[in-house]
Amino acid sequence: MTPALELRGIDKSFGPVQVLHDVSLSAYPGEVTALVGDNGAGKSTLVKCVGGIHSIDSGEYFFDGKAVQIGSPRDAADLGIEIVYQDLALCDNLDIVQNMFLGREHKRGIVLDEDTMEEMAARTLESLSVRTVKSIRQLVASLSGGQRQTVAIAKAVLWNSKVVILDEPTAALGVAQTAQVLELVRRLADQGLAVVLISHNMNDVFAVSDRIATLYLGRMAAQVKTSDVTHAQVVELITSGRSGDLGLTNGVTV
Amino acid sequence: MTATITPKTVQESPSITANARGYVERVRGGDMGALPAVFGLVVLCTVFAILRPAFLTSGNFANLLTQGAAVTVIAMGLVFVLLLGEIDLSAGFASGVCAAILAIMLSGQGLPWYVAVGAAILAGVVIGTTIGSIVAKLGIPSFVVTLAAFLAFQGLVLLLVKGGTIIAIRDETILSISNKNLPPTLGWILLAVGVAAYAGLQLTRARKRASRGLTSDPISLIAVRVGALALFGGIAMYFLNIERSRNAAVVSLAGVPLVVPVIVVLLLILTFLLRRTAYGRHLYAVGGNAEAARRAGINVDRMKISAFVICSSMAAIGGIIAASRASSVDPNTGGSNVLLYAVGAAVIGGTSLFGGKGRVLDAILGGAVVAVIENGMGLMGYSSGVKYMVTGSVLLLAAMVDALSRKRAAATGLR
Repeated sequence: MTPALELRGIDKSFGPVQVLHDVSLSAYPGEVTALVGDNGAGKSTLVKCVGGIHSIDSGEYFFDGKAVQIGSPRDAADLGIEIVYQDLALCDNLDIVQNMFLGREHKRGIVLDEDTMEEMAARTLESLSVRTVKSIRQLVASLSGGQRQTVAIAKAVLWNSKVVILDEPTAALGVAQTAQVLELVRRLADQGLAVVLISHNMNDVFAVSDRIATLYLGRMAAQVKTSDVTHAQVVELITSGRSGDLGLTNGVTV
Repeated sequence: MTATITPKTVQESPSITANARGYVERVRGGDMGALPAVFGLVVLCTVFAILRPAFLTSGNFANLLTQGAAVTVIAMGLVFVLLLGEIDLSAGFASGVCAAILAIMLSGQGLPWYVAVGAAILAGVVIGTTIGSIVAKLGIPSFVVTLAAFLAFQGLVLLLVKGGTIIAIRDETILSISNKNLPPTLGWILLAVGVAAYAGLQLTRARKRASRGLTSDPISLIAVRVGALALFGGIAMYFLNIERSRNAAVVSLAGVPLVVPVIVVLLLILTFLLRRTAYGRHLYAVGGNAEAARRAGINVDRMKISAFVICSSMAAIGGIIAASRASSVDPNTGGSNVLLYAVGAAVIGGTSLFGGKGRVLDAILGGAVVAVIENGMGLMGYSSGVKYMVTGSVLLLAAMVDALSRKRAAATGLR
C-alpha cells in the first residue's frame, strides 16, 4: 500500500538548534497513525513542516507516492492536507457554517451563496454522523468543547482532503466528549482518509490508532503497528527512545 | 430552531412563536443587540413629548433628522473599525478636513460640486489608508495613532481655513442635502417601492430556502417585519409631509429631508457589504478571532486598512453633510463633540467595543438616541454643559450594557 503521506530523512533547524534529525514518517489511507513523544520531542515542528508553515532543511516529502515541494500552507491545502490545530482557530462570533467555510466562501458573483454552504456543511456533518449540534446556524460560542472540536474536524474534511492531522484533539475534553471525538477520528479513517493523531494520552492512542510513531528528542524512535506493541513499550519508547529491540540504538549521534 | 440536521428530508420551518422564543432566549443570554437603543429611544421621546409638546411637531422632527445626520454617518463608518476591535478617534476632525477641502474647492476655486465632493471623499480615502497602514503594518495601537491624527487634523483644519475665518458655501447642490426636502408625492412613492422591494426580497429568499429543504422564516414573521416597516415608515412620512412653513404661500417646507434618503442608501450599501459579501464575513472573523482569520488565509492587515478607509470615507461624507447644514466650514467643523457623539452613537446602538459584533443599523439607532437627547434637552432650555454631561452618562451606560452583556454571554455560552 502506498502511503498517502510519506516523509524521508527530514532535518529541521532553528538557528543553531536542530529540532528534527533524519525523521521519517508514513501515514496510510484508511489508518490512524498516532504521533507520540514527550514535550519538546518535535511533534509540533514536524506537523508544521508537513503543513508548510515551516520549510524543511533537507529530506524528501511524498504525497500519494509522488515527490512534492511544500512551500506554504496553501500548497499543503491544495494537495488535500488539512491540519486541525490545538487552539481550534474558530471564530466565536460566527456560526458553524460560517466557520466551516471561512476564507473559502462559496459565492455567486460577489454575493455569498449561503444556501449552498449550508447544504454542504449539513451534508459533511451528516457524513460524519454528527448529531450533537442543534442547529448549524448557531454561534460557535454556544458550543461545548467537544462540539467545537467536531466543527474544527468537519471543517478539515469539507474539502475532500486526503490527509487530516489532528493536534491533541482531546486535550481539553471530558470523558464523554473525548469518546465522541475519538469515534469521529476512527470514522474519518474508515472513510479512507489518512489520519495523523498527535496525543499524549496512551488510552486514546491505543483506542483508535493502527500505527504508532514515536519521536524521541527530534528522532523517529520507532514506527510500529499498534497491535505489535504494549502500553509499557510505547511509554518506554517515549521516555528513553528505546525498548528492547525497538527504538534507537545506543550511542546514536547526529 | 430545534430541528436536528437532516438535510435529505424537508425541514419543518420553525413557527413564529419558536422564532420569538429564540429571540427572548438570546436577549436573556446577553445578546441584546439594538434593544437598549430602541428602549432608550422610546423612553426619551415619551419624556420629551410630555415635558415639551414642541418636541412632537413636524418641524422639530425634520430638524432632529438633519441635526443628527452628520454624526450618524460618521458613526456608520466607525462601526467598521469597531468591528475589528479598533477605534478611530480622528474621524471627527477627518470629517472637518474633508469639509474644509470641499469648501475651498467650491468657494475658493469655484469648481463644480461633483469635483469638490470627489476630492473630499478622496481625501477621506487617503486619510484612512494612511492611518490603517500605520496601525496594521507598524502595529501601533489604533488608539495612539488616531489620537495623534486627531490633534494633527485639528491643526490641518485651522491651516486650511486660514486661522479661523469662515468659508461660506453657496453651491445649491451641496446646500440642498441638508436644507431641501423630497416632494411629498415622491416620498410616498419611494416608501411604497422600498416596502414592496423588502417584502419581495424576503419572500423570494424564504421560498428559495424552503425549496432546498433549509429552514426558512415563516410567512407570518415576514408579514410582521414588512408591516412594521410600512407602519413606521408611513407614520414618519405622514409627519414629515405636513407643511412646516409658517407662511406656506411664500415658501413651502414639507417632505422628507434629502439627507434621509442619502443615509438610507448608505445603510443599504454598507449592510449589503457586511452581511452578503465575503469581505463582510472576513471583517467579522478578524474581529472575532484574528488568528483564526489569518489561518483561514484572510489578509488581516488588508482588512484593517480597508476598515479605516471605509471609516474615513464615511467621515468625509459626514463632513459634507455637516458643511451643507451649516452652509459654511469653520475651524470647529467636525470638532468638539462630533467624534464622541459618533462613537457614542455606534456603541449606544449595540456595536461592541471589543470587536466582532455590530451592525450599520445600530449606528443609526444610536445616532437617533444622541440626536434626541441633544434636541430634546435643547428644547428644555438646558445649557451645553448639562447636555454634554447627560450624553456622556448615556455613552458610559451603553458601554456598561456592552460589557455586562458580554460577561453574561460568556457565562451562558452565547455571544
